[in-house]
Amino acid sequence: MTDTVKGAAPAGEPILQVRNLVKHFPLTRGIVFQKQVGAVKAVDGISFDLHRGETLGIVGESGCGKSTVAKLLMNLERATSGEVFYKGEDITRLSGRALKAVRRNIQMVFQDPYTSLNPRMTVGDIIGEPFDIHPEVAPKGDRRKRVQELLDVVGLNPEYVNRYPHQFSGGQRQRIGIARGLALNPEIIICDEPVSALDVSVQAQVVNLMEKLQDEFGLSYIFIAHDLSIVRHISDRVGVMYLGRMAEIGTDAEIYEHPTHPYTQALLSAVPVPDPQAREQRAAGADSGAAAGRGRIILSGDVPSPADPPSGCRFRTRCWKAQDRCAQEQPLLAVPEVFRGSGTPAEHESACHFAEERATAEAA
Amino acid sequence: MPETTETTPAATTPATTAADTAATATAAGPVTPAGTATPEREKARSLWSDAWHDLSRKPMFYVSGLLILFLVVIAIWPGAIASGNPLACDLSKSQMGPTSGHPFGFDTQGCDVYTRTVYGARASVSVGIFSTVGVAVLGSLLGGLAGFFGGWWDAVLSRISDIFFGIPILLGGVVFLSVVKGGTVTTVSAFMILLGWPQIARIARGAVITAKQQDYVQAAKALGASNTRMLLRHIAPNALAPIIVVATIALGTYISLEATLSFLGVGLKPPAVSWGIDISQASDQIRNAPHMLLWPAGALSITVLAFIMLGDAVRDALDPKLR
Repeated sequence: MTDTVKGAAPAGEPILQVRNLVKHFPLTRGIVFQKQVGAVKAVDGISFDLHRGETLGIVGESGCGKSTVAKLLMNLERATSGEVFYKGEDITRLSGRALKAVRRNIQMVFQDPYTSLNPRMTVGDIIGEPFDIHPEVAPKGDRRKRVQELLDVVGLNPEYVNRYPHQFSGGQRQRIGIARGLALNPEIIICDEPVSALDVSVQAQVVNLMEKLQDEFGLSYIFIAHDLSIVRHISDRVGVMYLGRMAEIGTDAEIYEHPTHPYTQALLSAVPVPDPQAREQRAAGADSGAAAGRGRIILSGDVPSPADPPSGCRFRTRCWKAQDRCAQEQPLLAVPEVFRGSGTPAEHESACHFAEERATAEAA
Repeated sequence: MPETTETTPAATTPATTAADTAATATAAGPVTPAGTATPEREKARSLWSDAWHDLSRKPMFYVSGLLILFLVVIAIWPGAIASGNPLACDLSKSQMGPTSGHPFGFDTQGCDVYTRTVYGARASVSVGIFSTVGVAVLGSLLGGLAGFFGGWWDAVLSRISDIFFGIPILLGGVVFLSVVKGGTVTTVSAFMILLGWPQIARIARGAVITAKQQDYVQAAKALGASNTRMLLRHIAPNALAPIIVVATIALGTYISLEATLSFLGVGLKPPAVSWGIDISQASDQIRNAPHMLLWPAGALSITVLAFIMLGDAVRDALDPKLR
């Protein structure tokens, strides 16, 4: 799978390999005697690799299963099927001591800094908690110093240890959350929309901090977000999700400049353009025919319910290229035949029967 | 589990320093960081030490605390402030107003109201405290575990508490207390715990479910925290506030419920002295002799108020946002 990534090949061997990961949430009826009447297919067969030291961005609209992927990777939810290999070991079936050991190496930064910190614990207790749970990481007398070092690393005053979370701003709280994630010296940090709850000015600070920490500690990130520009800024590779499946995955240049999946193209066309002139040009392009591939693509309809997804290609109900084949045959995430061996940036994995480049691919 | 592993490095450090006593230079090594760590550790604050610090500056805490202390002292040792015998009554003084030596007057039986009010504290305060503590402990344990673990345990427990909610408390009291045959503080408290726990259990269950879904609990789980740690460190402190509020209000209800049961003749039996018995006996004489009702009822109100004030102060102290 990774052999398709060429030229801009990310450094290092795969540290995390996800294979056919599936999470179905059962829909049950009844209170004492429950019976299953269906399932919400939140994540339905996702595979990707994360390499050492790289940042993999995962984008997609609300409800496409991004956060469920994060929870599955963290083992906060049990996968219905599929595997997540961390250094060759399947972590989805681990429990007890073995799981606790893996957790030292995979940590998480949460979306909402207002709910991810216990309001009744001091900052010192919050950042020190990882050491209480994994006492082998830092000897007892050393912990307070370590907590203050961590505060310093994320750019907070080490004297704040006795303060409570509500005494901090959103950006500062997110820094506390990052410090907690760093405490155990993990190799992988999974960031579930780490900046979407923050002001734009603060977003940049936090993202820059995360990039700095990545260089300093050699971290690998899985960066989940719905803000395409932020993801492009921080990611080495990007995966686009739609309704529980991966639509397209490749390096950031491949995805942003040469998308071949119609959903990615529609998603990128919706990125706001801050320059009014460029915006007008784009609007003019849209008039000359959306299906032809210029300008903004307006998708019709809503995202189908994940409890009853369409057959074949998940995107076919809203796709302007959809044909009978799309309903019958599920497109696999692979390099499309037309681009195979072409050596162009369009040669990356895309789950579409009719993958093609769009005429325009304005920079997002 | 973390406790045992934590003690290992702590236990080895003194052992090595003891072994190295001869080598003076190395002995100084471990001492210095420990010495610098100590003043820092004193500065380190936790929720509970901050709460205590906050309480110690609140007049409401001192007022309610002193009142409760006073009540507990006279409940244990009523003779300290009342020299008379609450059962020594003189019918010729029935319903007489205050006279010298008898500042609260006399009741229908001609007993001294002051002495009876002082002696009544023991039964009323014990029933109130025992029932409330019992209900709070049992209710928050059962409800909290149901909310935390969910599943069939939650389903079964919720149905059981529905059944208990369906029992009319007075009918239940008449049946239970006439079967058990007692009319002592223990049996009345046991009955109240039996019928009262579902109220707290429901509140605890809801509060725990709310807290459980918060991201900080997920974060603790992602760090590898055990269920015990999540419950004690994260969920319990955040679910405690509504339980404290309801429990302190319930305390007053239990004292007055004890009075109602005594009035029906199934609670404490007349040789026993309680505010409940006195209030129920005085309530039909309120127009002839209001003083008979006023004193025990006033004592009851002040007791309930003191506990509610204390509960309020504790709840506020446990919320860092209110500091």
